[in-house]
Amino acid sequence: MKLNSPLEAYKYLPGTNCGECGETTCMAFASHLIDRSYKLTDCKPMVKVNKYSKKFDVLKQLLAPEIHEVEIGVGERAVKIGGDDVLFRHKLTFFNKTALAYDVWDTMDEKDLVERIKKIDDFKKFYVGEFLTLDMIAVRSTSNDPEKFAATVKKVIDTTDMPMVLCSFNPAVLRAGLDEAADKKPLIYAANQDNWQEVAELVQEYDVAVTVFAPNDLDLLKSLAGTFSGMGIKDIVLDPGTFPTGKELKTTFNNFLKIRRAGINGDHDIAFPIMTVPMTAWMVYDDDVSASYWETVIASIFSVRYGDIMILHSIEPYALLPQLHIRDTIYTDPRTPVTVDPGVMEVGSPDANSPVIVTTNFALTYYTVESDLASSKVDCYILVVDTEGIGVEAAVAGGQLTAEKIKRDFEAAEFDLKTRTNYNTVILPGLAARLQGDVEDVLGANVLIGSADSGRLPGWLETNWPPTKK
Amino acid sequence: MTNKNIKLSEISDIFKKLDVEELEGVTIEGDIELDISGGGGLNPALAYALGHEAAQVSLHVANIARMLGYPVDQLFATSMGAVPAAETTRPNVLDELIPSKFEVSKVAEWNNSIEEVTLGATSADGGSRKNTITLGGENALPYHFDGEMPHRNYVTMDVFDMPIGMAKSVKENYEDVINDPADWAKKVVNDFNADMVTIHLISTDPLINDTPAREAAKVVEDVLQAVDVPIVIGGSGNPQKDPEVLEKAAEVAEGERVLLASASLNLDYERVAKAATDYGHAVLSWTQLEINAQKELNRKLMKQCGVPRDSIVMDPTTAALGYGLDYAYTNMERIRLAGLMGDDELTFPMSSGTTNAWGARESWMKESPMNEDSNWGPREYRGPIWEIITGLTLSLAGNDLFMMMHPTSVEVLKEITQTLFGSVETESLDITNWIGTEV
Ligand code: B12
Ligand code: SF4
Repeated sequence: MKLNSPLEAYKYLPGTNCGECGETTCMAFASHLIDRSYKLTDCKPMVKVNKYSKKFDVLKQLLAPEIHEVEIGVGERAVKIGGDDVLFRHKLTFFNKTALAYDVWDTMDEKDLVERIKKIDDFKKFYVGEFLTLDMIAVRSTSNDPEKFAATVKKVIDTTDMPMVLCSFNPAVLRAGLDEAADKKPLIYAANQDNWQEVAELVQEYDVAVTVFAPNDLDLLKSLAGTFSGMGIKDIVLDPGTFPTGKELKTTFNNFLKIRRAGINGDHDIAFPIMTVPMTAWMVYDDDVSASYWETVIASIFSVRYGDIMILHSIEPYALLPQLHIRDTIYTDPRTPVTVDPGVMEVGSPDANSPVIVTTNFALTYYTVESDLASSKVDCYILVVDTEGIGVEAAVAGGQLTAEKIKRDFEAAEFDLKTRTNYNTVILPGLAARLQGDVEDVLGANVLIGSADSGRLPGWLETNWPPTKK
Repeated sequence: MTNKNIKLSEISDIFKKLDVEELEGVTIEGDIELDISGGGGLNPALAYALGHEAAQVSLHVANIARMLGYPVDQLFATSMGAVPAAETTRPNVLDELIPSKFEVSKVAEWNNSIEEVTLGATSADGGSRKNTITLGGENALPYHFDGEMPHRNYVTMDVFDMPIGMAKSVKENYEDVINDPADWAKKVVNDFNADMVTIHLISTDPLINDTPAREAAKVVEDVLQAVDVPIVIGGSGNPQKDPEVLEKAAEVAEGERVLLASASLNLDYERVAKAATDYGHAVLSWTQLEINAQKELNRKLMKQCGVPRDSIVMDPTTAALGYGLDYAYTNMERIRLAGLMGDDELTFPMSSGTTNAWGARESWMKESPMNEDSNWGPREYRGPIWEIITGLTLSLAGNDLFMMMHPTSVEVLKEITQTLFGSVETESLDITNWIGTEV
């Protein structure tokens, strides 16, 4: 965005401090515009009152992210890519996680195709309170036959509502795909030096986003992007080519750096989301494990450095898990606290005979423990101790998890072990074993030491719960 | 000159006078005075803004004209070759690409270099290593076109002075050497291509075997005998015992210029630093994911303990992928950026305990403990890649030295970091038609 301080944004706001946005002053609202935690449209007067409309337009321009935001797909599964304002995540945060698209191709037989789409669509991994999932299907035309491509695209639409990338350099093939899919707003891949006019025509006719492809030629890439902008096409994605090995990969890496740096620094013609195609790894490695590994390595590099959307091939879990986690790592907002509220939580429907488990309010710890228990259908209470967002081992080492704090938080939750449960027993994490004696003394309760990892807690409970002594 | 200035809003008044019913309530949004007399004074940004506004207004006016029944679209079509009308479906395609030149500048603020720290000493320098290894020296973020990276990344592989618990797929590689640190060291160098060896003296922990420092030092001698690469010596992590253990180890390794791991704020770092300076070693300055603590410890090592600048390596802590790698990554990136921009308390090469990746359950657990999760697949492939991606991510943040465990992880991490470094030659690949790839 073009603004650096709340003051600069404030100038354009109504200045009435009406409070409709939820902030008490326009200045407070302005600071949230700068950190992008509010949208301009959250100030209703700016939207509704006529006399502000001009300022609204100007401010909207000034607040627009440096990297253009592109939306692909429709409905709940639609993905947004781009929209970034910084080169390093600690300077603000990165917006719009890298979209992960997995390929299918039009020479697959129908059964394999449907099975593969389902695998991609269904893949999920629980993490910190939610499921990590894959985003898109990239349909490649390997037949170069418009009819085959159209049939495949149709099958994809019938099987999933994931957004699509339609991949072919042949405009006739793309047109056949668009005839099936235009209302699903797929991303078109790709316009290149040879086909750009025909692709531009399609893009305008069907009103979809488009990728421009210029392998290792940034002048041409910029020229394609500039030409498409010049024709009034706004939703552009850049593919500078992903060369998978050797010095060519080093060059690819630097192309990404250069494009994003220029974009953030204000070169409008190139300020678009960037696509990477790690699946080119499959052009060099022929065994599945090596190719999946190398593809994941490339995907990780470009999750860290400026890839906004990527096309991948391997759907082996050992490739998908790190791919999902690294993009989550890089796109986690470094400004949001990673804590949950302290207190006594219930998993399932616990009663007086259920175990009482102690853990920390570090979100990663809490959700891991909670989901391990819930997923094994264990009914229990969890005391979430306010450890200031520190995990078990570091909190024990740093003094945020102590017997006194456990007592404090039981009391704050008005949870009396002696009246609420029949066993007067708490279970501590294995990594907090050294607190056992203290906790026994301070709570006047029995203390059991559970497994080190909560994944093993349900199994541990089978043999250790209910406890032998009351 | 007698040119008349007309405000755009006045145009709407003119239209209003025409008394057309549809014009009720129409306002023209722009209100700039068009008095462009030329002759400079118009900066590009202002010109752009003005142009934008003028274009918006002309669209508006065109719409009014259309309401009045004037064939606006034909006019535009003939005068500009472009049709800004809403109804048209005829695509607008240019005849030729608009030529363009891509340019981007180097980062001006990166004008400080990272220290070079050399580990190991050859016979020429009073040691017995076959080669030395130099870390650091960068003047840009890793692999960036802004500067030449003088040294590649290196990998030091973990060896322990007693059998320890390991993930199954790691353990498989070491079963034959698990009771003999010297053989273990040989194996990682000869079979797994380790650049260095780290000997962890964990049995010295009073809560484990409480091995006396003097005995532990013998293991260091054995390892130095067994291999001729530079080595790292690690304690057990026990803050009371480590200074003593590292002192004895530093003494027996005199002349070999090892890296002593570690000095930290929660132990007597002065003793560790002194052991390093007395016997000519380098010291690992270890803090826990906190840039200010890292500055503080480095400052103390330099000012209070007199450790020379070319003898400090930092370990700002590694958290595994999915277990805080976001902190570890950003902490390292901030440290490196601060160093490049001139904070001379942070201009040191960095080391990562990449092995921490094996603490993540995704790397070692047989299957997900969560029934709702999709199948996690075979763990023998999951573990190594967890270690690779953890290391690779930190390499992008500026990490120089990787402490690692699994041979496959080491192989792939070396391949990718050396590729980005620029020393891997491969045949050129034509990707122009990657879409057609048969897989
Ligand atoms: C990230 C990290 C930090 C971060 C913490 C961020 C945070 N929000 O927690 C920071 C940088 C702040 C930090 C600081 C310190 N850290 Co620290 N840190 C780590 C690190 C790298 C990862 C810990 C982690 O997040 N694990 C993941 C979470 C999810 O695990 P968890 O909370 O333990 O939960 C699991 C289990 O405990 C169990 N579980 C949880 N609840 C329950 C309940 C029951 C009933 C059961 C059965 C099981 C169970 O299941 C969970 C899922 O697997 C570890 C090293 C490592 N690789 O493990 C060191 C580590 C924990 N830190 C350590 C230390 C010493 C410290 C410091 C004291 C260092 C210092 N001198 O300053 C400080 C203390 C700071 C403080 N407390 O204020 C040591 C602890 C050593 C020890 N055994 O005492 C470790 C092990 C590093 C080491 N090898 O020395 N640290
Ligand atoms: S809604 Fe708008 S006018 Fe009202 S306080 Fe918020 S920013 Fe100010």
